[in-house]
Amino acid sequence: MSDHLPGTYAATRTEYPGRLFIVEGIDGSGKSTQLTLLAQWLRSLGYPVVFSEWNSSPIVRETTRRGKRRKILTPLTFSLIHATDFSDRVEREILPSLKAGAIVLADRYVYTALARDVTRGVDPQWVRSLYRFSPVPTVAFYFRVPLEVALKRILSGRPKLKWYESGQDLGLHAEPAASYRLFQTRILESYEQLTGEYGLHVMDATKPIEYQQKLLRRAILPQLGGLRRDLRLHGAL
Amino acid sequence: MARFESYGVGIPGIDLQELSGWLIVIEGTDGAGRTTHLNRLRPVLERKGYAVAETGLSRSDLAARGIRQAKEGNTLGSNAYNLFYATDFADRLERQILPALRAGFVMLTDRYTYSLIARAIVRGADPDWIKNVYSFSMKPDAVFYLRIHVEDLVPRIVANGGFDYWESGMDLPMGADLFDSFVNYQTRVIEELDHLAQDYGFETLDATRPEDETAEDLADRVLKLLDRRPNLLLELVEEDTSRGDGPA
Repeated sequence: MSDHLPGTYAATRTEYPGRLFIVEGIDGSGKSTQLTLLAQWLRSLGYPVVFSEWNSSPIVRETTRRGKRRKILTPLTFSLIHATDFSDRVEREILPSLKAGAIVLADRYVYTALARDVTRGVDPQWVRSLYRFSPVPTVAFYFRVPLEVALKRILSGRPKLKWYESGQDLGLHAEPAASYRLFQTRILESYEQLTGEYGLHVMDATKPIEYQQKLLRRAILPQLGGLRRDLRLHGAL
Repeated sequence: MARFESYGVGIPGIDLQELSGWLIVIEGTDGAGRTTHLNRLRPVLERKGYAVAETGLSRSDLAARGIRQAKEGNTLGSNAYNLFYATDFADRLERQILPALRAGFVMLTDRYTYSLIARAIVRGADPDWIKNVYSFSMKPDAVFYLRIHVEDLVPRIVANGGFDYWESGMDLPMGADLFDSFVNYQTRVIEELDHLAQDYGFETLDATRPEDETAEDLADRVLKLLDRRPNLLLELVEEDTSRGDGPA
């Protein structure tokens, strides 16, 4: 059982009673939809669920925004400011929740940073060491989707591409959509590499949503043993 | 050979070969007199014809404001502070220090990564981890460490308006009141700086001496360092002599 418990990547491994499930994938992979459905199910079973989103530390987010708006973030400061944000969330949101025996659901995790930063030219070993303070997820799901499918989902719904999101800071291509395509291709390659390295649980994100959700729940259910439930909440949703 | 060498990894998009200039660091704990001595050193160098630029902690365009806000509310995780400072440092390195070095300036740096490493270690960070975080930084030409004992620090701090919350480690805290915490915190910071002085080869200056004496000592050492660079003026003279108008 103890290998289900999240510790950190640091040398001294502390284990916490909660569970940490995270979803990864490129934009348009459908990972956020799946995580939201999962949260509803877990809450309906009476489990205490904490949702943690990438880039959401109230203090740090403002600096990230400022850097993005003024386009002054370099690959190095882009990497560090996201690590700062994540560290704040680990200390003030994720670890306390894990200590409290809750289920933490994270939409994007360190693998997002590793994929993006390395694509931007940051040293792969350095960025791995940077995130050593991170709790190791109970299960990390990677929603694998072919680039064209993701692009269709993203480019049809949201035509205005942001500067950093489309990797325009790297000068890959003058045209935003073309730059986005090139950047996402590289991110996708990085993810494939991380999948092997960190043993990410691969989900076929081209399948119907409800089918993926069923597989997701099936993968998570055996990991919930020993968690406290508030049975007053059971079936309330 | 490049003038500068990284402590570990490279900075994406930066070629260290492009850099000239000098990177000179003044280290020392709060109240050691860093600002005073930087202010005295600058005109000495300028009189000799060196162009001087300055930078110091939490002065970055990107993160200074965020750090200030986080401090006001004391609302950031302790490790997140370490990384916020690293972000601030990286922004200043890339957008203040590197351009100045590229242009051949003497970059006077009021604390470098070392103070940040020391404060992180005192707050419980793994020393290897935090050193690795800063391994993108370059080795300075010299680090002058203004060393002072905590007993000598106390009267200076009192005279300068009292104990600062953060410089007393009150976020931890390390004592029953501001004074106790200050003494314990600064003792630990100085201990860590002493370790780093050994590991990274600082030049240590006794900062408890009269101000003029320390200032003169510092200026001597810096000028000696700048003289060690291949002297272009001399090269000009040699060029003239090899052009045939020198002795046969």
